[in-house]
Amino acid sequence: MELLGLELLLQSMPQLVKGLIQTLMIACYSIIFSTIGGIVFGALQTIRLLWLNLLTRFYLELFRSIPILVWLFFVYFGLPLFFNVHLSSFACAVLVLSLWGITEIGEVARGAFQSIARGQSDAGRSIGLRTIQLYRYILFPQALRRMIPPSINVYTRIIKTTSLTVLIGVTEVVKAGQQIIERTGEAILIYGCLFFFYFLLCYPLSVLSRKLEKSII
Amino acid sequence: MTHDAAASPILKLMNVGKSFRKQVVLKNIHLSVYPGEVTVILGPSGCGKSTLLRCLNGLEFINEGSIRFNELELTPKCPQWQAVRERIGMVFQSYHLFPHMKVIDNILLGPLKVQKRSKDDALAQAEELLERVGLLDKRDAYPRELSGGQQQRIAIVRALCMNPEVMLFDEVTAALDPEMVKEVLEVMLQLARQGMTMIIVTHEMGFARAVADRILFMDKGSIIEQGNPTSFFSEPQTDRAKRFLQQFYEIETWKGREVI
Repeated sequence: MELLGLELLLQSMPQLVKGLIQTLMIACYSIIFSTIGGIVFGALQTIRLLWLNLLTRFYLELFRSIPILVWLFFVYFGLPLFFNVHLSSFACAVLVLSLWGITEIGEVARGAFQSIARGQSDAGRSIGLRTIQLYRYILFPQALRRMIPPSINVYTRIIKTTSLTVLIGVTEVVKAGQQIIERTGEAILIYGCLFFFYFLLCYPLSVLSRKLEKSII
Repeated sequence: MTHDAAASPILKLMNVGKSFRKQVVLKNIHLSVYPGEVTVILGPSGCGKSTLLRCLNGLEFINEGSIRFNELELTPKCPQWQAVRERIGMVFQSYHLFPHMKVIDNILLGPLKVQKRSKDDALAQAEELLERVGLLDKRDAYPRELSGGQQQRIAIVRALCMNPEVMLFDEVTAALDPEMVKEVLEVMLQLARQGMTMIIVTHEMGFARAVADRILFMDKGSIIEQGNPTSFFSEPQTDRAKRFLQQFYEIETWKGREVI
């Protein structure tokens, strides 16, 4: 029995790793888009313009109040139906996770920008920096440092949330696991393995975030 | 120092007024500042002196009246605030050095990125200024490694390195330990002697008397008295100014407790 379990695990490994790579690809793309978009989104929120504030607020609330799963369904099943836009399940997953990630990283970035003392802007402007230069040389570098630890927490959440994409048919690591279970019935072994995979991905990030938090403040 | 009558003012404020929402912060401010003149603004907290300074380089905008800086009319819609700010230096109460940059990079940011000067030229000037305030050995330090007095001297150098025509000082010693106040005031005194045009908001009465060509006394958003330091300190004209000065003298002349 022991030997059988190990054998099964070895046999299933290629399939699981393939799923894991899919998980990582979705997570990586989403993290990259979230970070770039989130910094811009966060900076936009600090600019005082009524129409801009309303727009960013609206976008934020959309993702705060509607579950990711509903978004996934909407994009995967709704877009073809209402707008005749067909996206692969992989593209849908990256799109939804990125749009959500942008709001999350955006909140982190906004907090980081706003936590910088107002005097920094005063000092920057008093030496004649233009707004773009002010962000580029003064505000952004300081905000980035404060952003790193909480951003890493968002990254681990993005990684974990990729598991929802099973439901729109992405063959990521959970789906791969389910396929193996259907074939062999070894639920405990395979789920245990998934458990271990996610832990392996997220725990180091979590530790890193805590370490950085201590070293920066 | 007295300006000759022929010189034209470097800054001219006419009927300047400002309010935040409904609260009036400045009203009917008339003021001309001539090249080389040192103007000290005194007054109780909340009288609008800091706001007045911040209006001069566009960190706040005025609602009424006009400000002329040399040939330029400074209106809220003035498109060249950047150009004006690089000609008006400002030093703040809490220094506001950029914490993520070394001292030398703090100083060079403006000259290199705003004024687009050559690195050699700007660096030479920055080092000379650092030498003058006695901090050349700190050029590669980060602000957090410096004392308050040192940081404030660096902040002065940062403003000076832009070769400004006017320097604004906003209660620059108010956040400092008494021992460090002197080192900063000495730098300012030296600067005044070299003929820099300065507008200073301060609560250091002794320093005000020593450095000023002219004292302005403000209360509730208006300039209610002005004059040369000798006459202002010895015989203030308004009751408000008398009471204000009284507070300072009183503390200085408090008696020690009697030991029983």
